[in-house]
Amino acid sequence: MPARQPLKNHHQEKRLFLARVVILVVVVALLFGILSARLGHLQVASYSHFSTLSQNNRVRLEALPPPRGLIFDRNGVVLAENRPAYQLEITPEQVEDMEDTLERLAQVVNLEEMHIERFRRMLRGKRPFQAVPLKLNLSDEELANFAVNRHRFPGVDVEARVARHYPQGASLAHVLGYVGRIDERELARIDTRRYAGTSHIGKLGVERYYEDELHGQVGFQKVEVNAQGRTLRVLEREPATPGRDLVLSLDVRLQRAAEEILDGYAGAIVAMDPRNGEVLAMVSMPSFDPNLFVHGIPRSVFQELRTHRRQPLFNRALSGQYPPGSTLKPVVGLAGLEHGITTAERIMYTRGYYTLPNDSRRYRDWRYHGAVDLDRAIAQSSDVYFYDLGHKMGIDRMSEFLGLFGLGQRTGIDSTGERQGLLPTREWKRATHNQPWYPGETLITAIGQGYMLTTPLQLASVTSTLAMRGERVRPHLLRGRIQGEGGELTIDESQYLPPVQVSRPEFWDQVLVPMENTMHRPRGTAYNTAGRDAAYRIAGKTGTSQVFGLGEDEEYDEEQLALHLHDHALFIGYAPAEDPRIAVAVIVEHGGSGGRVAAPMARKLMDYYLLEMDS
Amino acid sequence: MFHTAAAEIGLGRQILRALHLDLPLLGGIILLLSLGFVVLYSASGENMDMLHRQGVRVALAFGVLMLLAQIPHHHLRQWSPWVYLVGVVLLILVMFFGEVGKGAQRWLDLGLFRFQPSEFMKLAVPMMVAWYFADRPLPPRLRELMVAGVVVAIPAALIAQQPDLGTALLVTGAGLLVIFLAGIRWRVLLGLGVLALSAAPLLWHFMQDYQRRRVLTLLNPESDPLGAGYHIIQSKIAIGSGGLYGKGWLNGTQSQLEFLPERSTDFIFAVYAEEFGLLGVLLLLALYLFVILRGLAIAVRAQDTYARLLAGSLSLTFFIYVFVNTGMVIGLLPVVGVPLPLFSYGGTSLVTLMAAFGILMSINSHRRLLAR
Repeated sequence: MPARQPLKNHHQEKRLFLARVVILVVVVALLFGILSARLGHLQVASYSHFSTLSQNNRVRLEALPPPRGLIFDRNGVVLAENRPAYQLEITPEQVEDMEDTLERLAQVVNLEEMHIERFRRMLRGKRPFQAVPLKLNLSDEELANFAVNRHRFPGVDVEARVARHYPQGASLAHVLGYVGRIDERELARIDTRRYAGTSHIGKLGVERYYEDELHGQVGFQKVEVNAQGRTLRVLEREPATPGRDLVLSLDVRLQRAAEEILDGYAGAIVAMDPRNGEVLAMVSMPSFDPNLFVHGIPRSVFQELRTHRRQPLFNRALSGQYPPGSTLKPVVGLAGLEHGITTAERIMYTRGYYTLPNDSRRYRDWRYHGAVDLDRAIAQSSDVYFYDLGHKMGIDRMSEFLGLFGLGQRTGIDSTGERQGLLPTREWKRATHNQPWYPGETLITAIGQGYMLTTPLQLASVTSTLAMRGERVRPHLLRGRIQGEGGELTIDESQYLPPVQVSRPEFWDQVLVPMENTMHRPRGTAYNTAGRDAAYRIAGKTGTSQVFGLGEDEEYDEEQLALHLHDHALFIGYAPAEDPRIAVAVIVEHGGSGGRVAAPMARKLMDYYLLEMDS
Repeated sequence: MFHTAAAEIGLGRQILRALHLDLPLLGGIILLLSLGFVVLYSASGENMDMLHRQGVRVALAFGVLMLLAQIPHHHLRQWSPWVYLVGVVLLILVMFFGEVGKGAQRWLDLGLFRFQPSEFMKLAVPMMVAWYFADRPLPPRLRELMVAGVVVAIPAALIAQQPDLGTALLVTGAGLLVIFLAGIRWRVLLGLGVLALSAAPLLWHFMQDYQRRRVLTLLNPESDPLGAGYHIIQSKIAIGSGGLYGKGWLNGTQSQLEFLPERSTDFIFAVYAEEFGLLGVLLLLALYLFVILRGLAIAVRAQDTYARLLAGSLSLTFFIYVFVNTGMVIGLLPVVGVPLPLFSYGGTSLVTLMAAFGILMSINSHRRLLAR
C-alpha cells in the first residue's frame, strides 16, 4: 500500500525552523556564557593562583655547591685539595648508535663492565639532553687518547668537575680520612638543603670531624627553564660561601719520616708537642690511598682492603688498643711515690719472680735484676719491683692515679674513631665479668698487662703529661683556620686539662730521671739501641707487651711462636729531656722487644725532628 | 566625491555579488584567520615556515570556498545522496587500506595527497539528512527519524572505531542538528535523551582506554599530572596566568617555554588566552558568535527546506567546534581532538570549514538569484 504523502506546509515549516533556530541561539548564548564565566574564573578570580604556578613552572632554583675548604699542614703544604677530575659524559640525544659508541669508546679509554653497567642504570630517568657520566676519573693518558679521537664521538664529552684529592696519598689517610658519596644514613642526618648540589661528605678523620666548617654554605641561583628543563638564563644569584681552609698541626715531613720508619711493620707512631698538644705526626701502618674512596672504590679493591691480614683500613693510632706493658711503669712509680708506698731511696732485693702470700703462683720477671731501687726499676724495667709496688698500693689507688693521666678515657682529639682504652677497676670487673678483683690482677696491671689497654694516642698524651710534669693538654690536629679577606691564620687555642698534681715536685724527677737513664745509662733498656750516641737528652721507657699468655714456667721463645703471637714492641719518650719539644709513642705490633724495635724508631724520629728538620 | 565613493562601494558590492560572496561572513572569517596567524606566529615560536605552510593551506581553503560558493545549492542537493554514498564507501576503504597515524586509522593515501574521508563526512552527513527531509513534511515522523538516525549513525560509527572521537562527535552533531532543526518533536527528543543517558554505561564499555582516561582526567586532572592530566593542567595555568590583559604577544611563558603541549594545534586557544588575557578571549568569542549568527541568519532567510536545514546545521557545527575546543582547553570537557576553527595549525579541518562557509555563501547568494 502506497504511503500517503502529506503536503508540505512551507509556511508552517518555516515558522517551526525559526523557532528551533531561536532555541539554538539561546543555547549557543548560554554556552558562550558558560565559557565566558569559566574563563573569567580562570583569568580573573584564580589569576594569582595560576600566575604563581606559571612562575613555578618557569623558574627553577638551582643549588650552587660551595667549594670544600682546603687542608694544609703546619707549613702550608696542601694535604687535601679540590682539583678538576675529568669525567667522560655522554649526551644521549646527540648519539646516534649508543651501542656502537660504547664499543668504540672502549678502544680509546679503559672501560670496565662496572662503568657501562652504572652508565646504563643512570641513563634511565635522565632526559635525553642531560649528560650522563660514563667514567668518573680519567687518567691523563685516557684524557689525551680521547682528545685525539674526539671527532669520532659526537655526543661524548669530557667534563671537568671538582673532586677532592689527597696529594699525600696513603701518608695521611688515617689522619684526614676522606670524603665519599653521601649515603642514606648521612642523608637522614644532614640538612639536605645545605647539601643541595653536593655529592660528597667527610666520612672519617679530620674530613668528618670538621665537616661543618669544611663544607661551607650552599648558594642558590634562580634560572629560567623551559618545559624540558633546559636552563635558558640566570635570573638571580646568591653565591656560595666556600668552606673554611684548615691548617693542621701536622708536619708532613715528620709524618713521612715516621711512615718510613714504620715501613714494613704494622703499628702506629704518634708524635706531639707536649707544650701545646699539637699532634706533629700520627701514623698508622699499613695505610691505604684515600683517593680510591673519592670516586667510588671498586668492590674488589675494597674487599681486598677490608680482608687484608694487616687491616690497612684500621686506624691504629686512635682505634688500636694495646696493653701498655712496661711503658706504664713511670706512672705507676709516680703513684707509688705519691701514696708513700715507695721512695726513690728504697732498695728491693728481687728474685726472678714474685709471689703473693698464701699463693704458690710465681709472677715472673723478664730477667733477674737483684737489688733495685726505683731508678733501676724503671731504667732496667724490673717487673718484680712493680709487682710489689702494685700489691702494696692496691688496684683502687692505682686505677685512680692512672685515671688522672687520662687513661681509660678518650683524649678528645679532633678526629673520628678514637677508642678509650681500658683502665680496669674493681667496679669494672664486677660489672663486666661479674667477678671480684683478684690480687694477682693488681700485679700484672702494675706492669701494664692484664686488662689494661691504651691507644697509641693515649700513650703519647701520657708521655706529654710526664714531660710537662703534670701539665695536661688535649691533643689536637687542628692548628688554626684561615679566615678573613686577607686569609690570615687564626691559631686555635690549646685546651688545657686539669693537671696531675703530686704532693712533692721532686717525685717528678724521681721518675723522669730514670726515664733518661733508660736511654743514656749503659744498663738502660734502650741504651744500646737508641740512647747511646744521642746528641741530646731523651727520656723514655720501653715496653714489651704480651699478646700470648705464657704459663708460669714457660719461656717466651720468639722463634717458636707464630708471628701474630709475638709480643708488641712499645716505646714512649720525649726530648730534649730538659726542655721537651716532642713526645713520641711507638707501637709495633708483634715487633718483639720494645727496646730493640720501638725505641730506635722513636730515636730516629726525634733525630729527624730535632736535628735535621730544624736546620 | 560622495558620488564616486558611493559608486565604488556599489562596485565592490557588485563584485562580491558576482562572486556569490557574503561580506559580513567573509569579513568575520578573514578577521578570525588574521588573528589566527598572529597567534600562530607566537605559538609556533616565530616559525615562519609553519606560517608559510598555513598560508598555503588558507589559500587552498579559500579556493574551495570560492568554488562552492559558485555552485547553486540545488545542485548540491541533487548530489547529496551520491556524496554521502561515496563518503561511506571511502570510510570503509579507510578501514581496510587506511594509514595509521597517532594510533588511529584515518587517512587514505591518494598518491598526490592524503585524504581524510571522515572530514568529508562533516559535510556529507548534514547534506544527506537535509536531502532526506527536504521533500518530506515536517516535523518528521518517527519512521523518518529512524531513517535519519541510521544515516547519521553509520558514518559516525565508522569514524568512532578508527578511533577518532572528535570527528565522530562533529559528524554526529552536524547530523543531529539537522534533525533538530527539522523539528523533531519534544517528546521524541526527551525519549531519545533518556535512552542516550541509559546508554552511557554501554558507551563507556566500548570506549578505548585512552578515551576513558581522558574522561577520568577531566574529572580530576591532578590525578595524573605528568601523564594525561598534563595537557589540561598546563593549559589552565597558561590561561589563568594570562589574567585580564594577558602577558602580551610573544610573551606567554607557558607557550614560549614549551610547557604547553600541542600549542599550535589543539591548544592554541591557551596560547591566545595567555598572551591576550580575558579581554582578548572575549573579543575572540564575540567574533565566533558573530560568524555563527551570520550563518544562522542566512539559514533563516533561505528559501527551501534543504538550504535552511543545511545552512543551520553548518553554522551550528561551527559553534560545536568552538565550544568543544575551548571547553576542552579550559578544562570543561574531555580532551578530544577538535581544533579551534580558523585558528589551529593544520589544513584538513580548515578546508572542510571553508567549504561549509562556501556552501553558506552559495545558499545566501543563490537565494537572491532564485528570488528574481
